[in-house]
Amino acid sequence: MADIVLDKVSKKYPDGTVAVRDVDLEIADGEFVILVGPSGCGKSTILNMIAGLEDISSGDLRIDGERVNDKAPRDRDIAMVFQSYALYPNMTVRENMAFPLRLAKLDKATIDEKVNDAAKVLELTALLDRKPANLSGGQRQRVAMGRAIVRNPKAFLMDEPLSNLDAKLRVQMRTVVSRLQRRLGTTTVYVTHDQTEAMTLGDRVVIVRAGAIQQVGEPQQLYDHPANLFVAGFIGSPSMNFLHASVADGRLRTALGDLPIGSRVRGLLSDAPENLIIGIRPEHFEDAALVDEAARAKGTEFEAPVELVESMGSDKYVYFTVEGERATSAELEELAADAGASDLPTGGGANLVTRLSAESAVKEGENWRVWVNLEKIHLFDPSNGRNLTLHEGRAAGVTAE
Amino acid sequence: MTVRVSEGKRAERRLGWLLCAPAAIVMVAVTAYPILYSVWLSLQRFDLKFPDEREFVGLSNYITVLSNEYWWTAFGVTMLITVVSVAIELVLGMGLAVVMHRTLVGRGLVRTSALIPYGIVTVVAAFSWRYAWTPGTGYLANLFSDGAPLTERASSLAIIILAEIWKTTPFMALLLLAGLALVPDDLLKAASMDGATAWQRFVKVTLPVMKPAILVALLFRTLDAFRVFDNIYVLTAGANETSSVSMLAYNNLLRGLNLGIGSTMSVLIFISVAIMAFIFVKLFGTAAPGREEGRR
Ligand SMILES: Nc1ncnc2c1ncn2[C@@H]1O[C@H](COP(=O)(O)OP(=O)(O)OP(=O)(O)O)[C@@H](O)[C@H]1O
Ligand SMILES: [Mg+2]
Repeated sequence: MADIVLDKVSKKYPDGTVAVRDVDLEIADGEFVILVGPSGCGKSTILNMIAGLEDISSGDLRIDGERVNDKAPRDRDIAMVFQSYALYPNMTVRENMAFPLRLAKLDKATIDEKVNDAAKVLELTALLDRKPANLSGGQRQRVAMGRAIVRNPKAFLMDEPLSNLDAKLRVQMRTVVSRLQRRLGTTTVYVTHDQTEAMTLGDRVVIVRAGAIQQVGEPQQLYDHPANLFVAGFIGSPSMNFLHASVADGRLRTALGDLPIGSRVRGLLSDAPENLIIGIRPEHFEDAALVDEAARAKGTEFEAPVELVESMGSDKYVYFTVEGERATSAELEELAADAGASDLPTGGGANLVTRLSAESAVKEGENWRVWVNLEKIHLFDPSNGRNLTLHEGRAAGVTAE
Repeated sequence: MTVRVSEGKRAERRLGWLLCAPAAIVMVAVTAYPILYSVWLSLQRFDLKFPDEREFVGLSNYITVLSNEYWWTAFGVTMLITVVSVAIELVLGMGLAVVMHRTLVGRGLVRTSALIPYGIVTVVAAFSWRYAWTPGTGYLANLFSDGAPLTERASSLAIIILAEIWKTTPFMALLLLAGLALVPDDLLKAASMDGATAWQRFVKVTLPVMKPAILVALLFRTLDAFRVFDNIYVLTAGANETSSVSMLAYNNLLRGLNLGIGSTMSVLIFISVAIMAFIFVKLFGTAAPGREEGRR
């Protein structure tokens, strides 16, 4: 077990691509850290540099306090699980799992014991004499995990280990991975582009975009206090609603109407541009009829036509279209592209996704009054994506004094 | 229990046969007749110098050939050339393939230059080897020996093998290169992470994974080498007991005009090649490269 420190680590590929830029990251001993970001943002590159499979162009990588930039992978004592599983096709499951131990020149009895133990943990005992070609996807995945855990390495690196599994199996394996990591307490770096995995698995999540770290924090912290537009839009499903907003006469002019802003926020906005992006999570809306007096004062109400209602049982996702300008920024376009939504028809006006209580009587096609919690609103600077309402690391909504 | 084959599977199989058919038909049309005709000839006493004595003699030609020491010497020479040259070609070809696989800059140039020997007509190359080893005028002869290497048995065989290797190593390398490309990168990365050195990765991961490609390359080259003819014809013409079986068959057929004995030798060569192919396919499980874990 070990801590891993990346100190201004950059990667420039021979063809000139800068895949990773000045990444600073400290991973504590035993911690489970998730690297998440859109495709091509450099997650695998970071992982491969920690593994030693890619050279580090500049900066230092320290494992257990020791600089390991120039150490070969085999001297770093780190195990890796690949998206393709990378099982040796010519070896049985047992031989696959024993491979690292055999290379470490352990005696046969010890190898057998360790392989059998790992097989038991991962429920592979019955499959030990099969070849990988004769295993299901989930079984192969477990063998890959088994090969990683048998040798008790200092750290695990996993590069999208579950993304080749179907949705149901992925959820199951998620808990397997999570439990295994808790049990072994081994430092783990896990790469994914699935934000559900990111939110549920790790102690801390690192959000990467275009080779640079956007924000590092516990899942809830990233969700509640995103540092910028990119993080805000990336984390959460359905994702945060973004609308255009402009400051006028001490109020915020938005498609939801003119919103009051408190003096503290006015202070934060003093040197902000006139045009802003306002971000509201779906759950911070509520059917106005269901909001009590006390809560009502914390927000504001607006009326809009209901486009679609999806009842989830526990709550309802209600889609509105509101008149007004849509928010635009480079980050938002990138997020839309990553979600594969860049060329969906958007019609006029801005789309809102809201999550209302299941008791709401909301009906498709009608105009409905909706309340929005102003304490939870974020304001972003469209030019650089920075969260303007973030104060001392916390976002505080627009009404707080 | 009988295995039921679904309609779709059957249609696919039928299509497979249909696609193979033209090639198979052409091949049978071109080869079946000569093969059967040689078998027919091999069962007769038939010497063009004495055409009147032609008669059906059953297997007696086979007895004559198989009890003849020249045949067995030639067979030994052929096996020696085959085994030694294929073994060396495998090692060199593998090295060359790895180099070609690894080179990032000037890949095309490396591949093209490696393939030059293979592009040269064998007879032309053989003549240049002959001149090179001719005492007095040849640069290699002057460099390495003071006698005439092509007039002694051991050195002649060595030179024949050298010419074979020089000529077909690129072909071997090309076949192996295709196999190398089949080894997934992730597998080698995983092996690095598991603690394997570069050599261990090669021996324990690369070689086993590309085994089908290696076997195919060996099969092709073995069958090819067993029929060695042009190099011997040009370099020694079979002098000093350096004849291969092909050379012997040629001498009997076209020089001696003994169609019966010559055909018998051809048929025996054919049988030997068939046995070798059978061994490769059945015993080693050689399959087409890239085929998914067919039988094991
Ligand atoms: N060998 C290479 N040479 C040049 N550029 C590369 C190389 N490998 C990756 N890149 C580039 O570096 C960037 C980061 O790649 P990386 O594989 O780390 O992305 P990723 O975040 O893992 O993406 P994904 O989620 O699709 O796996 C990409 O723009 C990619 O095109
Ligand atoms: Mg990747």
